[in-house]
Amino acid sequence: MFDWRWDFVIEIMPRLLWATLNTLMAAGIGYGIALVLGLVFALAQRTPYRALTLIVRELVELIRSTPLVLQIFFVFFVGPQFGIRLSPWTSGMIAIGLHYAAYLSEVYRGGLEAVPKGQWEACRALNLSARRTYFGIIIPQALPASLPGMGNYLVGIFKDTPMLSVIGVAELMHTANALGSETYRFLEPYTLVGVIFLMISLPTAAGLRSFEAWVRQSLGMTK
Amino acid sequence: MTGHTHPTSLGADGPMVRFSKVTKRYGPLTVLDSLDLDVGANEMVSIIGPSGSGKTTVLRMLMTLEEIDEGVIYVDGQPLTHMERGGTLVKANAAHLRRQRTNIGMVFQHFNLFPHMTALQNCMEAPVQVLGLGKDEAEARSVELLDMVGLADKKDQHPSRLSGGQQQRVAIARALAMRPKVMLLDEVTSALDPEVIGEVLNVIRRLNSEHSLTMLMVTHQMGFAKEISDRVCFFYAGRIAEQGPPEQIFGNAQNERTKQFLSAVLSAG
Repeated sequence: MFDWRWDFVIEIMPRLLWATLNTLMAAGIGYGIALVLGLVFALAQRTPYRALTLIVRELVELIRSTPLVLQIFFVFFVGPQFGIRLSPWTSGMIAIGLHYAAYLSEVYRGGLEAVPKGQWEACRALNLSARRTYFGIIIPQALPASLPGMGNYLVGIFKDTPMLSVIGVAELMHTANALGSETYRFLEPYTLVGVIFLMISLPTAAGLRSFEAWVRQSLGMTK
Repeated sequence: MTGHTHPTSLGADGPMVRFSKVTKRYGPLTVLDSLDLDVGANEMVSIIGPSGSGKTTVLRMLMTLEEIDEGVIYVDGQPLTHMERGGTLVKANAAHLRRQRTNIGMVFQHFNLFPHMTALQNCMEAPVQVLGLGKDEAEARSVELLDMVGLADKKDQHPSRLSGGQQQRVAIARALAMRPKVMLLDEVTSALDPEVIGEVLNVIRRLNSEHSLTMLMVTHQMGFAKEISDRVCFFYAGRIAEQGPPEQIFGNAQNERTKQFLSAVLSAG
């Protein structure tokens, strides 16, 4: 019943591996954007400026409440109507970066709120600046509590990169689709895509767990 | 500030700390009720009283952790909670608060050490970041203070490796590293196991005898307050119900509330 052809596997492997690099790059760039922008979103919600807090909170809610694929379409297809013409790659990175920034901002928010109130008071009593209070004292302590969530979303963004295929980013899924329509063979390309995702996701998740332990240790936060 | 004008500064021979008609409310609850309190330079004042009497609030407002609702607090002759603008006092802005706050140091009930830094880094943090001291100078100053609190050998340990008493001594060194004129001690032994309370009290004794520091101490250690204070203030319902030298408060209290409180805590042991 199975018609698995190893020669076909060997034939399509180079293209799939090349596409894997694109997938990794998309996940990496998207995650980088999300990490930084998520922190901006989280900190913006803690400023004394009510209007800014409100706008950012609503934006985060909007992004979290609508599908990623819609956001990708929006940036790529609706943007040009407002004169914003972006390549599939740029559109995809903006959409996926924004999407995960919204989720990461909630992870950061939880981490920041987990830092005891006494730490803020000690900073105030020692007269530390707001900047130093955040970057020297509060964020390093919020980090360990945020890491599990951050790790989940790293794996999450990686698994969501196939959505970029809908606007033609040549990542794994897009390449597998192309191979299928060229050869009418779908079994091998899709199976291989699944195997490749597994082989990257599983070690990454394990690596993240050791990384968490290492961060806790190096911040001196273990007994 | 109705019906009372506050001067824009106090004379050179004025008190180190002055609470002038200070009121603090949390919603409908008045925690401090038009408090007047002067603390002289180098004076050691203990604040005692039942919980909810406003003791800790006094320290928290002096440390500018909380805003006051009415009145003015002065430190070292200058207004702390306010600043002078065109001959009158207006509410202090952030820059004024940061300038004035350098005069004050605080030690907390729960230490509040930075857990991701060693004892030494905890002490160096503010001198480097706020005073702009060089690393070497800040380290020398911090090591000297850690030595004074008997923890020079623990300087490279993180707080999680230290006992409660040791953590609190590091916290004292950390506050001293900023060379404050006024030191606030907020129930600094309340979170400690009985066997380590002594080591923290010894450090405070040394501070009091060897450093020219004005100290305000909220405490439940009545024996210690009696031994070390120049003056004891008994707080009740947001006011000072009675104050005086320790011999008077502990030996010959006049106020009924004071007597009740002292007999309750002293019989509890």
